[in-house]
Amino acid sequence: MKSDVKLLDSHGKRIDGRKTDELRDIKIEVGVLHRAEGSCYLEWGGNKVIAAVYGPREAVPRHTQNPLKAIINARYNMAAFSVEDRKKPGPDRRSREISKVISEALEKVVLTERFPRASIDVNVEILDAEAGTRCAGLTAAAVALADAGIPMRDIPVACAAGKVEGKVVLDLGKEEDNFGDADLPIAISPRTNEILLLQMDGHLTLDEFDEALELAMKGCHIVSDIQKKAIMKKYENTKEA
Amino acid sequence: MSEEKREVVIPSQLLGDVKTKKAGQGTFIENGKIYAERVGVLNIGPEYINVIPLEGRYDPTKDDFVIGVVEEPMASSWLVDIRAAYPALLHVNEVPWDVEFNETEKYLNRGDCIMAKVLQVDMEKKLQITLKDRNLYKIKGGHIIDVEPSKVPRVIGKKGSMISLLKKYTQCRIFVGQNGRVWIDGDDKNIEKAINTIRIIQKESLSFGLTNKIEEMLKKENKDVQIL
Repeated sequence: MKSDVKLLDSHGKRIDGRKTDELRDIKIEVGVLHRAEGSCYLEWGGNKVIAAVYGPREAVPRHTQNPLKAIINARYNMAAFSVEDRKKPGPDRRSREISKVISEALEKVVLTERFPRASIDVNVEILDAEAGTRCAGLTAAAVALADAGIPMRDIPVACAAGKVEGKVVLDLGKEEDNFGDADLPIAISPRTNEILLLQMDGHLTLDEFDEALELAMKGCHIVSDIQKKAIMKKYENTKEA
Repeated sequence: MSEEKREVVIPSQLLGDVKTKKAGQGTFIENGKIYAERVGVLNIGPEYINVIPLEGRYDPTKDDFVIGVVEEPMASSWLVDIRAAYPALLHVNEVPWDVEFNETEKYLNRGDCIMAKVLQVDMEKKLQITLKDRNLYKIKGGHIIDVEPSKVPRVIGKKGSMISLLKKYTQCRIFVGQNGRVWIDGDDKNIEKAINTIRIIQKESLSFGLTNKIEEMLKKENKDVQIL
């Protein structure tokens, strides 16, 4: 889409004042819901996300059970009030896709073989949206899983890179997402740098793709540190008591 | 354990090498390195590296004593909730009564509580429990509260020190199931006191010298009662 919005100024500053390799502010809080086994509230720029984990419990309906491992049921849902125009509630094509990719990304890190026949339900609720909700949702879901005490190989983390006005930038904001040239959300397992999710919207040349992937990876590691600190923080207070 | 700080670890944290230690509970091995698989307290023994979970569901093992709630009576068995990921099966052959076919409801019905023992856990994690052992029976009266399954060892204490303390000062009958259900019976005031104390134990489960702290607290409370 062409527009006259200036996304990058002559000094390389972005529309919201960030540098090209700078993330938006991220705040993570662990254990916010007491009914859920594990939960997480996350703010990523203007995104506000709550993730809740239930289970492992016996999977229903029964035909969904796998006798060898647990299934991960992620459900991504956008609140009606999360976007500018009211979003029609209920699952649609987009949210079903995101639910699926989040489930598959999480399945790769959780030790599902520990809970045959069970399901682990992950609810990701987007309260406020401002570009990059799938990354925010996955990042929050990962923290909630860890909080639920579910055995996992790694705490997955997601972050996006993209291209605006011909330059590769980290973590697209709303205007950049709408009027930029490309968006590349990825999720990785930060310990091994394995890619768990990779999607792309728009056009990148091969070189730009490599550059964006590397930048997104770097972003992921920064977010991963924030995730880990947030999980540890829950136990700091009890330790001193 | 020694007086050093208890270290909390999170999944994917590197703990050691398979050449020097063995991977114990709550850990996994990848490329010869030992990592934590869940949030827990690090425990390095002479042989094993363990992570004692801080969160998570009750993971049943054979011969655990548990408190269950009957979910569904069936023709020749009951399904019992023992707070595991799966309901446990209690077969009529595993109860001390002579139960006729289709008459399971006469003995145990929905909502009844039982003290049971885990009979077996198979590869598919199908659970079976039994009532055929000493001290296993249907619970009548008293209160049942839930604590985190991971905090059960703290409620019991070293060699049962904490639990005997609770029994002594509250004059309640207390039974702690491995699945994190606690049954308390006594007079109302004492039950309340016991419940409050267990809540405090749960909250401060990571601190040292907890047994002494709780004893002082209970002693003080008892004095107050006498003055009144």
